[in-house]
Formats: sequence, structure tokens, C-alpha cells
Amino acid sequence: MEYKISIEQYIAALKESRLLGLRCKKCGAITTPPRMVCRKCAGTDLEICELSGKGKIVTFTTVYVPPANRQGETPYLVIMVELAEGPWLMGNLAEVDPRSTGLELIGKRVRLIPRTQTTRDDRSSVPLFILDEETGHG
Amino acid sequence: MRRVAVVGAGETKFSGAQTRSNVELFTEAAMEAMQEAGVKPRDIQALLVGNVLSDFEEGQQIVHAYIAESLGLSHVPANIYDGACASSAVAIRDAFIWIASGLYDLVLVGGTERAASMGTKLATETYAMYCDRHFEYPAGITFPGIFAMLTHLYAVKYNIPLPKLKEQMALVSVKAHKFGMLNPKAHMHRELTVEKVLKSNLVCQPLQVYDCCPFSDGAAAVILASEETARRLTDKPVFITGAGQASAGSLASQQDYLPHLIARTVAVRQAYQMAGRKPEEIDVCELHDSFSIAEILAIESLGFFEYGTGGEATARGETGLGGRVVINPSGGLKAKGHPVGATGAAQVYEIFHQLRGECGPTQVEGARIGMTDTMGASGSIHVNLILERGW
Repeated sequence: MEYKISIEQYIAALKESRLLGLRCKKCGAITTPPRMVCRKCAGTDLEICELSGKGKIVTFTTVYVPPANRQGETPYLVIMVELAEGPWLMGNLAEVDPRSTGLELIGKRVRLIPRTQTTRDDRSSVPLFILDEETGHG
Repeated sequence: MRRVAVVGAGETKFSGAQTRSNVELFTEAAMEAMQEAGVKPRDIQALLVGNVLSDFEEGQQIVHAYIAESLGLSHVPANIYDGACASSAVAIRDAFIWIASGLYDLVLVGGTERAASMGTKLATETYAMYCDRHFEYPAGITFPGIFAMLTHLYAVKYNIPLPKLKEQMALVSVKAHKFGMLNPKAHMHRELTVEKVLKSNLVCQPLQVYDCCPFSDGAAAVILASEETARRLTDKPVFITGAGQASAGSLASQQDYLPHLIARTVAVRQAYQMAGRKPEEIDVCELHDSFSIAEILAIESLGFFEYGTGGEATARGETGLGGRVVINPSGGLKAKGHPVGATGAAQVYEIFHQLRGECGPTQVEGARIGMTDTMGASGSIHVNLILERGW
């Protein structure tokens, strides 16, 4: 049995700003990023779906001491998003000053945008978000 | 299932970068443990070693095989364990099972690491490999980053103003360093104040340098024996009466339970059940204070304090000497140090000596029942052990 969406396919879709998930036909839960089984019931009867790319920030940090793949880029924001469809997903937040963020960031709505400013393939499996102010506050 | 006891424990002084190899470090700790237990290398029937990054530290794979050679163990089975920061605790739980099963009587188990010798840059990079490579690592997350995110989540969930939480976190570090000053084997021998912690450099907002444990070199080893063998060797055997272990995945996958770590909740429940003990019966606990927030979360998940009150309890002195349950009298990961592969065994080393009344100025009065709590990665691997006096 193989992954319904391979990690490679997931990344390819993200590059086009499409967030893929798996809907469980048994319990209805949405799983993303891709796994072998449903994240809720461990079922294997899964169908591919496209998610909205929208959610809200549940927590975050601003990184000042980086790993190797981010040398020279600090500070930057890492966020945890609760997607509208349910799953939590780790990502980065653009267009917000990393130095002047506080707890007010938590609860803010975000939406997925393409990672266009980098040609680095090593980023492409983690989504990039911006604040989604158009839809008002949640 | 047979009863299993710790009969000896050894530990090197934890330190910053130094030049002894992992084999040298572990064998030093092992000889101290064997001496205390009154056993010789030829008596040992198996070797279980926790070590995670010897390849990056020294270009050395299968360090356990070379430890067995150096110690003159008679071609016994030797295993190596990568449970991230819980490696030697995983190894000790395994050794417990090997002996409880009846197949082995006397096992040498522990861990070693030269995290400091890697230097901050390589250590940060290699630690980050313990995150999900595809879905976490590319975000530029690090371990301080993971716990920084948990700190923010905790503040919001329990409605604690961040400045107040940061002060409570600082008090965790201050306590750890006070104990560390009294532990001759601790990596850090320095006084900290709340002010010093809050003035230290930012690592990942809101965590500062002194909220984080150091990279350390060091090793620790224990000798486990069946009850029959233990009673021949010592009149003060310390029995492992409870053992639990659980796993989890990426941080996001634990969304239903954060900021608390589900693998700990599952593991400690197993340990309490096996031992037939409740949280209020634990006198002393060596737990995984990789970050100050980690201690606050741990004392809640382990059942010592209500969720959301761990910081307050720390501020009231309930986790220091004379408090309800003494946490990390060794100085913890924060002050004693954190040579990743060795940490689980170092916690058992401390509890073993605490229960035998051998800890001098950091002795927990009348300690009879102790616990170790060891967490790997972002709660991805977790082990809890309960230890009790066997006399």
C-alpha cells in the first residue's frame, strides 16, 4: 500500500499554492500533511481533496538562533496554523515584522501564498502564509 | 515477571567541549558503576547504550561495540538506542524488560554524548534533524523554537500574562542552578538570578539563553540486576517498580493535547499503574527540563500540580528542598547539563543515590520513592520510571 498523496506530489501542489489533504471516508476527518492513514481513526479509505489554505494562528515564535538552512536570515517567524478544515500545520509568516510580534498574533487569520521569492527547494514542503485581513477578525 | 533493581551507578563530570571520546567517557562511568555494584566486566551479560550523534561528533558509528571491547565484556549482546534525548532511558527500560523476562541477570546500561564538542552551530543543526524533515525542518524550526511555541500556547491557554510566565520560568532556571552549584558533577556551576535570566540573549521569542539547557559532553551508566542477584550484591538495592514508554509524532500531530505532551501522559500513566503508585507518593523527581517551560509542563502532566499552576507552584518553592516534591536536585538538564544520550541514565544515577541517602547537601530528606522523566524530541519519545527503596 502506498501513500495516497506522496510527499513529492504534496510539495508539487504547494509550489502551485495548492494545499492537498486526505479526507477519510470512514470518519470524515481531514489529514494533512499526507500520512499513510487517517490521523483520527487510522483508516485507509482516503480520498484526495484540496484545502482552502486558510486558517488561524494558534501559536508562533520568532527565531533568532537559526539552523544551517537559515543562516543569515534571522529573525524570522515560524507559526502553527489551525486550518479551517481542522488539522494544525507548521508554516512561516511573511509580511509581518518578526521583531515586533507578540501574543496578539495568536488568533489572527491567515491564508496560503506561494513561496515565489526563493528558488530553494528545501523550503517548498512547508507553507508560507500572510495575514488574511480581508475576511475580518475571527 | 521478576523484580529488577539498580545496584550501582556512575557518571562522568558533565562539561563543555572536551577531548575524551564517547568510548572513553562511557567506560569511565561504567567502571564507577561496576565498582559501586561490586561487579567485574566479565560478570556483565549485556550492554545497552544510548547515543544519538556520535557519527557527527566523532565520525564514529556503533560506539556501543567499541565500548564493549574497551570494557572487556565477554562478547555479550550490545545494543545502541536512539530515542533522541530519551535514549538511555529507553535503554534502561529495555534492560529492565530483559531482566524481568528472566533471560538476563546482570546488565550494564547507560549513555554517552559529546554534544558540546560539536559546537553550537553543528549541535543546533543536528538537533533540528529530530524534527519532521519535510513538514517542520524547512520552516527553520529548532528545539528552542518548538518550546517557544509551547510557551506562547501555554500563556494563552491558561491566561497567564507573558511577563509573569517568564518570571516563573526564570525561577525554574534559578532553582536548577542553585542545585547545580552543589553538584560537583554538574556542567554549570554558576549563580543565576531572575534578572540575569531575563537579560540574557533571545534564542527564540520568548525563550532566552538561560531558559535553555546547554549542549554538554558526558556519560552515565547503571548496573541493573535481578532481585536475586541484587540481594547478593548489596543491602540497598533500588527497585524499578514502574516503567512506561510512549511515542508521538510532529508537534502539529499532537494538536489535541498541546501544550502538554501526550507521550508523557501515556508513559507516566503506565509507570504509575505498574508501580501501583500515585503522584502524591513521589518524593523526588528528575525530569526533563530541557527548557524552563518544559519543567512547568512536566510537573503538571506528571500529576504533581494542576494544569496551569506549575509556574505558580515553582514560585512558591513547592519544587525545592522541603517542598511537596523536589524536582531536579541534581541541577537538571539546565545546570547538570544535557549530554543527550546520557541524560536518562544520569537521572537514574541521581534518584538511585537520593533513595540511598547519599546526596549530601542536596539530599531529599527521607526519600523513598523517586521518578525519572525523559523526553525525546518534541515529546516524540517518552519514558517514565518509578524507583523505590528495596529495604
